[in-house]
Amino acid sequence: MAGASEKGLNALGVADIRDGLTAGDFTALEVTEASLAAAEAASDLNAFITLTPEIARERAKASDDRRAKGAALGPLDGVPVAVKDLFCTEGVLTTAASHILDGFVPAYESTVSANLRDAGAVMIGKTNLDEFAMGSSNMTSYYEPVKNPWVGPNGEDLVPGGSSGGSATAVAAQICPAALGTDTGGSIRQPASLCGIVGMKPTYGRCSRWGIVAFASSLDQAGPFARSVKDAALMLGVMAGNDPKDSTSAPNDVPDFEAALAGGVKGLRVGIPAEYTMDGMPAEIQALWDQGAEWLKAQGAEIKPVSLPHTKYALPAYYIVAPAEASSNLARYDGVRYGLRVEGETLDEMYANTRGEGFGAEVRRRVMIGTYVLSAGYYDAYYVKAQKVRTRILEDFTKAFQDVDVLLTPTAPNAAFPVGAKMDDPIAMYLNDVFTVPANLAGLPGISVPAGLDKDGLPLGLQLVGKPFDEATLFRCAQALEEAADFTALPKYLGGQG
Amino acid sequence: MSLDKNDVRRVAFLARIRVEEDDLQPVAEDLNNIIAWVEQLSEVDTDGVQPLTSVEAMAMPKREDKVTDGGDPDRVLGNAPDRVGDFYAVPKVVD
Repeated sequence: MAGASEKGLNALGVADIRDGLTAGDFTALEVTEASLAAAEAASDLNAFITLTPEIARERAKASDDRRAKGAALGPLDGVPVAVKDLFCTEGVLTTAASHILDGFVPAYESTVSANLRDAGAVMIGKTNLDEFAMGSSNMTSYYEPVKNPWVGPNGEDLVPGGSSGGSATAVAAQICPAALGTDTGGSIRQPASLCGIVGMKPTYGRCSRWGIVAFASSLDQAGPFARSVKDAALMLGVMAGNDPKDSTSAPNDVPDFEAALAGGVKGLRVGIPAEYTMDGMPAEIQALWDQGAEWLKAQGAEIKPVSLPHTKYALPAYYIVAPAEASSNLARYDGVRYGLRVEGETLDEMYANTRGEGFGAEVRRRVMIGTYVLSAGYYDAYYVKAQKVRTRILEDFTKAFQDVDVLLTPTAPNAAFPVGAKMDDPIAMYLNDVFTVPANLAGLPGISVPAGLDKDGLPLGLQLVGKPFDEATLFRCAQALEEAADFTALPKYLGGQG
Repeated sequence: MSLDKNDVRRVAFLARIRVEEDDLQPVAEDLNNIIAWVEQLSEVDTDGVQPLTSVEAMAMPKREDKVTDGGDPDRVLGNAPDRVGDFYAVPKVVD
């Protein structure tokens, strides 16, 4: 393990592991054991709901066997990954961090996690999340909150963001080099920003949604977390692709995203949307955003002001559309076919008892909002109105992308906040996604890149938003930001140092 | 528009979520905060605008209408809280 010993196996990224395995510096089983040990050592972070050491060791050994025969499968063969517990995994407990899915063991594997498995990736466990991916802090998990590996200036525990907080924490704490998340309104990008790592939401339709516990079907999209843009690109290349089992999955070819990283940003037109300057946003986030534009300009990009006039309406439109779709999707949790059942005298009573007890407060809130806005007499006033506003938001982006190739914005309006904060004010919590929700409403790809630290030494990300199915340009621009930012700070808790 | 206790009772029934009588008022206030906040959408001029139901330009893919999977009741029923033979079991619906 000479090549790896200087850095330590846990600090290696996806590409590093691929190269080390290819060179024979270490085995997939060694990398996997280091990952499992790090997960155990960092159990206090509560990043995982279920660890899968037996599956991990079995897949790592199979990977080593393939490689010994000269039949390695590609960049992810033998690479440990964590999977958000929203992806159904065959034979492995899948909870969506909800009480209502108690004991649910799927008989099938989600397409995206199957794509990873079939490419040789080694699943080490299922990560914690906000219940049914509804939250921006991981506080709504039935399995208790996740802690951010970064800590506050006075040592206080911070949230990792959400909803994919466990996956973000697992990658930031160097438990594994990459992880799967899902992003309905910012659930990959916001935790990536709060944990100081890269998080990517692809274009709607790029990855199959089949086998992912559905939250809001017109917005949900799977994506990767990693500690570098290149590693995120390698992950997406394996995750993405058309799937006949998801009729919204796009038939587009998946480009070689790693190859697309070369080329730089000379001549690239980068839009700065005026409406993303929010009242009350910390000055250091504005300064970092300005710095990001300067970095890209210095590398030859053309910086252009653009306008997205309906930006302020994205969040309220989202909080009609997403709960409406959730109320419909979550109707399936009825105590009949799987998970929790709380008995009642009648069938209706059993449904209501099961759902009243099985859903946490935020999920009940959103299902009831969604039920209300879809109910007779309110459907047009709320739901159809929100869908029309969504059209306006999409038009804003379409117009802006006539003049620019990508948009640069902050990822989140704040750094990581203390565990327990914002819980008594749902709208304050929702505002965490103010910069990420518009891309979901318009179906556009977005990526968060760690770009700097705030006054308390906590990470802040910058977001790039691209044209539909132009993740290649997004990755290329993100890598330019990454090189200029040279973000090397590390969190307090690193699993590999347990 | 705002919800009162009766509205919450009706929505809770539609959503099949048990809400205790004492909780109806606090839940109404909680939901009203959010409803009042989303009301700002009324400021947006949406005259003549089509509602967006899908961001994708593509047409719905079609496939041949044939059975591709199934015939495995034990796999399907494997997570059932209660089953009788090859059926899910629920409380009695008809007397």
